[in-house]
Amino acid sequence: MARIEFLGPINKEPVEIDITHLTELKTCFKDDPEVREWLKNSAIAVNDQLVSNLNLSVGKNDKISLLPPVCGG
Amino acid sequence: MLELYKDALPVEEILTKWYQIHKDQNYGAFINFVGIVRDENGIDGLSFDIYEPLLTSWFQAWQEEAKKRGALLLMAHSRGNVYVHESSYIAAVLSPKRRVALEMIDEFVEDFKAKAPIWKYDIIDGERVYADDRSTPLPGSGLLA
Repeated sequence: MARIEFLGPINKEPVEIDITHLTELKTCFKDDPEVREWLKNSAIAVNDQLVSNLNLSVGKNDKISLLPPVCGG
Repeated sequence: MLELYKDALPVEEILTKWYQIHKDQNYGAFINFVGIVRDENGIDGLSFDIYEPLLTSWFQAWQEEAKKRGALLLMAHSRGNVYVHESSYIAAVLSPKRRVALEMIDEFVEDFKAKAPIWKYDIIDGERVYADDRSTPLPGSGLLA
């Protein structure tokens, strides 16, 4: 099970999801309108590396993070 | 060097420490930027969340770039609450000659604003309100939309 973390203002506890490919994440939240809204402008990191496309296999020990828009300083 | 603090930064202490550590290392220029929380829009202050693993790798990539130019980067940031007229962010560049540091502080602070994995909230009546109007999507955002 890959672990998904929701960072910053998404304010949702991590979940474990049984997927083998990153594209499957697209349908994981179809019944969660709040998360779906965040997906529109969130970036994705797999094991703390930002990804630039979804063409990536996901293993059971992988950590996936969703990162909404940022503003430091 | 990247330093994270809980709540407001002890600005004088940090800058004095950095100066003391590096003043004998033959850098001719020490340029720093200190962000101060402004009293505006009725806020009591700002609050910050940080995702440290990505912040560290972002900073390390910049440190490598600084090294290529003979410079050294220093940064401090707050997590938690930082009230009006306190400080949440310090960036500094040391370089042998001034041009490198002057140019780098500009590039570094702008990239920080666009890429550092930090989330800002206004503190209004004790509540944290996400500053979505001032936030920037990271590269690759929306792939799952």
